[in-house]
Amino acid sequence: MSKFDRRGFIKLAGLGGGIVFASSLSRGLGLNALGSVVDYANAKVENDFYFVQLSDTHWGFAGPKVNPDAEGTLKKAVQAVNSLEEQPDFIVFTGDLTHTTDDVQVRKDRMSQFKEIVSRLKVPTVHFMAGEHDASLDRGDAYQEAFGKLNYTFDHKGVHFIVLDNVSDPGAMVGESQINWLKADLKQQKTDARIVVLTHRPLFDLYPDWDWATKDGAAVIDALMPHKNVTVFYGHIHQENHHMTGHIAHHSAKSLMFPLPAPGSVPKKAPVPWDASAPYRGLGLRSIEAEPKQAKYEIKELNVTGG
Amino acid sequence: MNRKKRILITSTLLLASAFLSGLLIYGRANAVPVERVIHITAKKFDFSPDSITLKKGEPVVFEISSADREHGFNLRAFGVRTSVSPGKVTRVRFTPDKTGKFTFSCDVFCGDGHEEMTGTVIVTE
Repeated sequence: MSKFDRRGFIKLAGLGGGIVFASSLSRGLGLNALGSVVDYANAKVENDFYFVQLSDTHWGFAGPKVNPDAEGTLKKAVQAVNSLEEQPDFIVFTGDLTHTTDDVQVRKDRMSQFKEIVSRLKVPTVHFMAGEHDASLDRGDAYQEAFGKLNYTFDHKGVHFIVLDNVSDPGAMVGESQINWLKADLKQQKTDARIVVLTHRPLFDLYPDWDWATKDGAAVIDALMPHKNVTVFYGHIHQENHHMTGHIAHHSAKSLMFPLPAPGSVPKKAPVPWDASAPYRGLGLRSIEAEPKQAKYEIKELNVTGG
Repeated sequence: MNRKKRILITSTLLLASAFLSGLLIYGRANAVPVERVIHITAKKFDFSPDSITLKKGEPVVFEISSADREHGFNLRAFGVRTSVSPGKVTRVRFTPDKTGKFTFSCDVFCGDGHEEMTGTVIVTE
């Protein structure tokens, strides 16, 4: 029985209208580096753990044709996470916590409301990051006031997490200063260190015509390349996507407000309309089982249900 | 008019004619094609016009202005990219070297609706 089964994470029923197991993906398409384990195995490594990624909650969005339960979906996700038999070590929100608005006060109000809702999570450790909806119109001023720094690092049980900001510059840039900060941080890490990058936009050119890219993302990837065990988790595109740049795996998460079409599949990017016959279709969250010793990340996609 | 004078005048006329013909040929060969100018207005959250038809090989200059705030204009297929600020006209020049339908978009986040701020360039033979 797998760790996830033991934990009772996947419950096909009884999560109080929360989530159902959708799919799983082991360790970055199985392509992430297996090498370096020998040396690393001799070093002290911590136990396996898991965390939950929620993304693109767009609190404040209104559009009944897209999501008639716009005020309930995030709350359902919180309830679902709280219902897990074994709680994750921490939770990450990979951006677009709120839906953008030109009104500064409304932006701040939305952030306060979002904070109040997610404060109901049982898990005490929650890591936030900004999306362009939160931070691009004021270069992150309101976001920093509400949530703190735009870029930072933290370590957990043998894994070094790097939160990168590719949204507070409205031109979708990480910027030279932050790239230098990243390089300085990476210098402190061994080349076989277990590194997870959390960011909002894709760092590679997924579909630039739809703004699904980071203009200087290639410079970030170049900086990460010398490190053998790097995995990126991001949001922004409101759907699951898995991509490799060399040995680095990139995994995007679903939204908790509305799905977007597959890249380039329609002439104009627009939210996928709500399907009353399949409510919440395309929305979801994911759990990530981290096995630092093997530099392995097992992803479980979980759909939101209306039950 | 004596024979010498006639020869001189004829020679001069022939030379002048040859010179002028040469100039004409040189001028045609080196003429700078006239650029087609297209005005584009960016405003939250669309471009006007949002569909532009061009001819392959015809030089074009886009004169882009913003009616409200900073936007971006990015026509990736031809490497054309600029920021567009209100209060001034931004010019970008290029000559389409391929036919087809190409998307341009705002690449400076400008608010709710930014994601749908796109247009199309159609290049014909």
